[in-house]
Amino acid sequence: MSDNDIAMRVEGLGKMYRLGREIPHATTLTGKLKNASKAPFQWLSEQMREPTEEETLWALKDVSFEIKRGEVVGFIGHNGAGKSTLLKILSRITEPTTGYAEIHGRIAALLEVGTGMHPELTGRENIYMNGTVLGMKKREIDSKFDEIVDFSGISKFLDTPVKRYSSGMRVRLGFAIAAHLEPEILVVDEVLAVGDADFQAKCLGKMQDVASGGRTVLFVSHNMDAIRTLCTRAVLLQAGELKVDGPSVAVVEKYHTALRDDVITKDSGIGDATRRRGSGCARISSVSVLNIEEEATTSFEQGEDVLIDLSFQIMKDISCLYVMIGLRSGRNGELITTSTRHAVSEKGLSEGQTGTARVRLPNPNLRPGDYPLYIGLANEKHKAFDVMDGLTAPLIISTSKTVHELGYDPTKACGYFDIESEMEACKRLD
Amino acid sequence: MTKKQPIHQQMAHQVIRIQPTKGFSALGLAELWEYRDLLWFNILKNIKSKYRQMALGPLWIILQPVMNMVIFSFVFGKMAKLDDGGIPYPLLTFSALIPWTFFQNSCTFACNSLVTQMPVISKVYFPRMIIPLADALAWLVDFTVTFAVLLIVMVCYGIYPNLRILAIPLYLLLTLVTTMAVGLWTASLTVKFRDVRLVVQYGLRVFMYVTPVAYTAANLEKALPDGWEWLLKMNPLYWVIEGFRWALLGGANGPELFMVYPIILIIAMLISGAYMFRRTERTIVDLL
Repeated sequence: MSDNDIAMRVEGLGKMYRLGREIPHATTLTGKLKNASKAPFQWLSEQMREPTEEETLWALKDVSFEIKRGEVVGFIGHNGAGKSTLLKILSRITEPTTGYAEIHGRIAALLEVGTGMHPELTGRENIYMNGTVLGMKKREIDSKFDEIVDFSGISKFLDTPVKRYSSGMRVRLGFAIAAHLEPEILVVDEVLAVGDADFQAKCLGKMQDVASGGRTVLFVSHNMDAIRTLCTRAVLLQAGELKVDGPSVAVVEKYHTALRDDVITKDSGIGDATRRRGSGCARISSVSVLNIEEEATTSFEQGEDVLIDLSFQIMKDISCLYVMIGLRSGRNGELITTSTRHAVSEKGLSEGQTGTARVRLPNPNLRPGDYPLYIGLANEKHKAFDVMDGLTAPLIISTSKTVHELGYDPTKACGYFDIESEMEACKRLD
Repeated sequence: MTKKQPIHQQMAHQVIRIQPTKGFSALGLAELWEYRDLLWFNILKNIKSKYRQMALGPLWIILQPVMNMVIFSFVFGKMAKLDDGGIPYPLLTFSALIPWTFFQNSCTFACNSLVTQMPVISKVYFPRMIIPLADALAWLVDFTVTFAVLLIVMVCYGIYPNLRILAIPLYLLLTLVTTMAVGLWTASLTVKFRDVRLVVQYGLRVFMYVTPVAYTAANLEKALPDGWEWLLKMNPLYWVIEGFRWALLGGANGPELFMVYPIILIIAMLISGAYMFRRTERTIVDLL
C-alpha cells in the first residue's frame, strides 16, 4: 500500500490512567486529628509519587491498525472497552501514553452534537460558534449557512436564543452544522443515540452519503445494524486491546459471541438478578440458541427454524409458569413481536424445583437483520417472574438471495417481516 | 464536489502525528492563527452572553469602577486626606481603575476559563490558548466604555487630554501582556490545583494595594523603607497606572529607562507561561 492511499496509521497506541489509592480511614479521634494535620500536603505528595502497578489502568493497550483512504470503519466493543479513549486520542483531545497515530489529511471529530453552543446566543450566532469550534472557517460557514438552516428546519427560530429551543431542535441544529463539515477524515462517536427514530434515520442517511462520497469515516456505535450497513470493516476492542479486525459482518458476529460468553457464562448464575427484571419467583438459569441440527449458533439463514432451550429454577412457590420469547429490533431496540405464551406448568410449582423447556421459532417471514432476544417467565396474569432482555446474543438472520430476488435491499431499513401481496389491478399508462 | 477538489488536494499533504510529547512542545502559534475565527466568535460570545437578560445590561460595565472610585476617593481622599499631587482625587483613582479593572477581571476569568469550558474541551480539539485569550480580550469592550466615561469626567473637571494620550495604546499593550502572562500561568496551575483560584482571588486584592491604584505612587513609596522603591517599580502595572495618569492628567511618573526591567520580566513570564500552558494542554482532559 503506497503512502498516498493511507488515511491513518496507528502503531502501538496506548493510554494509561492513574487510579486513586484508598487512604485508610481513622476510627479514633486522635487518629482523625493526625490524618487531618497531614491532609494539606498528602494530596500533593500522592500526586508526585510514581504510581504503582495496581494504581494504573491501561484504557488502551498496544493498538495498531491502518486505514485506507475512503474506508468506512466501525469500532465496536462493550462499555469500557476503550472505544472512547481511542477516539479522544485520534481527535487530539488527549495524548497517548505510548505509540503514535499518523493522520493524513484534515480530520474532524464529532463526539457530541452541538458542542460549544451557548444557551444565551441565538440559533444564528450558535451556527457560527459551533461551526468554528468544529474547525470550520467563517467563510466556509457563510457559504453553507442557508443549507445548514434548511437541513435543520429551524429557520423560524433563527433569532431566538437556543435556551428556548426544545432539546430536539437543539440536536437537529447541532447535527445540521456537523453534517456540513467537509473533512477528509470524519470521526463519529455514538451521536446517533440521541433524538427520535426519525432523526436517527436522517443521521444514518447522511452518514451513508458521507461514506459513499469517498471519505474516510471512523464510526463508533452500539447499533450493530448500523455498523453492518455503513461499514465495510470493523474493529472489535475488548478491555483496551484490539481483538478482531476484519469485514464488519464477521466482526459483529464475533462481538455477539463475546457478548454471550461474557454475559451468559459469567452472570447466568441464578443468584445474579441485577441485570434482570421480574419478581424473581422463578429464574432462568441458562439459555442456548440452536439450529435445527441442535448445534449452538446465533446465525440463521432466512427461513431456518430457531430452537431456544432454557432451563429454570423455582425460587418461591408459584401457582403456574408460562414462557414467552420476544424479538426486538436491532435498529431501535423496540419489541417487534412475541411468541404465543407457552404453559410450562398450569399446576403449582414449589421452591427448589428445576426444569427445562424448548421453544421452536419458525421464521419464514423475518427479514435479514439482528434481533435481540427477550425471554420471559411469567404467570397466567402476565406477572413477570424473570425477564432476560437483550442479555443473550441476538439472532442474526441473513440471506444469500440477491436484492433482485428479494425485491428489497436488505442492508437498508425496510421493516422486519416479509408479507405476501398481489397485484390486484394495473392500468397501462399510455 | 468537483469545485472543492483543489482544497482537498492542497490539504492532502497535511500529516498530523499524534504521540506522547516529552518535555515542552512548540507554542503552535501558526495553528492559533489558523483558528482565528474561533477566537473571534469566542470573544463575541463572551461579550454577548455577559450582559444578556440583565435589567441594567451594559450599565454594569461602568458601575464597578465608579463604585471603587467613590469608595477610594472617600476613604483615601476625604478621610485619610492623602496627598493628591494637585489632581482631583476621583480622577486620580478613576484613571488607575480603568487599566486595573481590566487586569483584575481578565485575570480572574482567564484563570477559571479552562475549568468552566471543560464541556467543550473534552469533546473537541482546538488550540486551548484561545479560551483564556478570548476571556481576556472580551474585557476590552469594558475597557473602551470606561475609558470614554473617564474622558467625559475629565472634561467636566476642565482637564483636556493633550498629545500624550497617544501613549495609551502602548500602555494598554503592556497591560495585555501582563494579563496574559498571569492568566496563562494561573490557568495552567488551576487545572492541577483548584486552590490556585483562591490564591488568585486574594492575591489580586493584595496586589491592588501594592500597585498605586487608590493613591499616588509617591504616597506608596513614602510608606516603604528607603532603598526599596525598586521593588514597587518591578511591577509592570505600576508603570501602566502611572503612565495612564501621566498621559491623561499629567504629574505622575512618565516612561523611564527603569521600565525595561519589569518589561523584560513580564515578557519572560508570558513566554514561560505559554510553554507551561502548552504542556498542561496536552492532557488537560485527564486532569479536569
